[in-house]
Amino acid sequence: MIELEDVSKRFDDKAVLAGVTGRIERGEIFAVIGPSGAGKSTLLRLVDLLDTPTEGAIRIDGTDVHADKGQSLSIRRMMGMVFQKPAVFNSTVAENIAVGLRFRGADERAIREKVEDALEIVGLAGYGERRARTLSGGEMQRVALARAMVIEPEILLMDEPTANLDPVSVEKIEELVFCINRDLGTTILFSTHDMYQGQRLAHRIGVLMNGVFAQVGTPREVFTLPASRDVARFVGIENVIEGVVVAGEDGTVTVDAGGVRVRAKSPFPRGERVSLCIRSEDIRIAPAIRARRVFDGNILPGTVTSVVPRGPFSRVTVDCGLPLSSVLSWKAVEDLDIREGGRVEVSFAAESVHAVRAAQD
Amino acid sequence: MYEIIEGFVEAIRLIVTLDPDVIAISARSVIISLTATVLATLLAIPLGATIYFGTFRGRKGLINLIQTLYALPTVVVGLLIFLLISRVGPFGFLRLLFTPTAMVIAQTVLILPIMTGLTISALSGVDPVLRDTLRSLGATRLQFLVNIMKEARFAILAAVAIGFGRAISEVGAAILVGGNIMASSFASSTRVLTTAISLETSMGNIPESIALGIVLLMIALGVNLAITTVQHR
Repeated sequence: MIELEDVSKRFDDKAVLAGVTGRIERGEIFAVIGPSGAGKSTLLRLVDLLDTPTEGAIRIDGTDVHADKGQSLSIRRMMGMVFQKPAVFNSTVAENIAVGLRFRGADERAIREKVEDALEIVGLAGYGERRARTLSGGEMQRVALARAMVIEPEILLMDEPTANLDPVSVEKIEELVFCINRDLGTTILFSTHDMYQGQRLAHRIGVLMNGVFAQVGTPREVFTLPASRDVARFVGIENVIEGVVVAGEDGTVTVDAGGVRVRAKSPFPRGERVSLCIRSEDIRIAPAIRARRVFDGNILPGTVTSVVPRGPFSRVTVDCGLPLSSVLSWKAVEDLDIREGGRVEVSFAAESVHAVRAAQD
Repeated sequence: MYEIIEGFVEAIRLIVTLDPDVIAISARSVIISLTATVLATLLAIPLGATIYFGTFRGRKGLINLIQTLYALPTVVVGLLIFLLISRVGPFGFLRLLFTPTAMVIAQTVLILPIMTGLTISALSGVDPVLRDTLRSLGATRLQFLVNIMKEARFAILAAVAIGFGRAISEVGAAILVGGNIMASSFASSTRVLTTAISLETSMGNIPESIALGIVLLMIALGVNLAITTVQHR
């Protein structure tokens, strides 16, 4: 449906996108995630023809959308876009939603019906005659979504649609996005800096970092098998350790990480410099005596350096020659008598260690 | 002090009894300045839009120049128009000097920069997200322009009100090209509120001056009230 080929964009001397390549399939929800300033908005604006790429091409159904300026309007009319900042025209809610239909010369009766339906769908039935400016941010964003939806676009673009909204509005908008995709088959391309939103909504995720897709894959792939150290950090893997492969056979290797030996499932050969990514949830912490020795994985003795509350959990960091963090329930921390300065054993399976080639620098 | 109080009482009497002179002068003021405002609006809005949406060389400089002309001294405009339409001027053959038409022209020229400038500001004040929204909704060039104007309508209305306010309250140009003439017919007279106040005061007719001053203030107040009402609707 949408093909991105080596798309670059510079503003003056600043390269925002540096060769983005990827495909968005018809009928899929594709999330562009990445830190602030990674170029997510720019990418969406380029797709919607609000800006022109410096290099590269964006094709929709095989047509280079930026090639023929005469075609811009008809291509743009295939798409609807919702922007990060909720913004409404200074008129009634119904008039706001009708704008795109009016541009297309729809007749009054059709407009009235479609607007009524859209209000119903976004949960604002009966709001039609209100002044749009008097709505809350979450309501305005739902108006913006209804406004983009009534024109029945083939592609719906959303640039961080829920940033700065309250949790209830976020949930409502996510639900709408899901329904629009399921019921109308609309291809949805959205950006978010909330990786969990990407995980909840998207069929596939593109991680935009330093102006390129650092990884494209299903949420599961991105969250469990990050392609690089930076992606691992961004998707919330707290333990990223640098090391060198020192021994290995049958896909299991031993990595030397500053004197500490860690076993990992990895295809990398001896001598390869790697980053090891271990999710906190996969790390067990137990008092020194109680660790089970029958375990074919990593058991590292260490000293607890900090216990920091985080929601209903505590984040426990242990110095095992290298710092490792795990997340335990408050009860577990109490039951196991884990406290700062205490001796513990940290254990995790070789399967829980995801090795990526270390960054070249 | 007593004179001032007496002046006020007499002024109120002149207004309440609908003194024919006061009424005629007030009506003439409103007609001339309103005509000038309508003309300036017809010029300033398209001009402002062209400059705002345009991408030509010297655009920034032009906007700066327009903003500088906000403070255009009224007597300078009066002098300029006087030179153009006086007997020996290039447009002298039109015989416009000391006519209400000349005053309309002078006031139009006077308020054109501020109304153009404020139109540009009004358009710049439209949220950029709304501009993107219009384009993303598939607006043609014309649909885009119309909708941006619609969005800026209250700020543009304020520009019109400010223009009218400046036109009706100026005295320099009105006296130079109008001449403050009180002729036998309403249409050929050029005495307006400001020029009349200036004359009456210099002649010591304080009550008349105060009465005309109050009328002038009430007109300004009325315009302001009308604008606020529309904006808050």
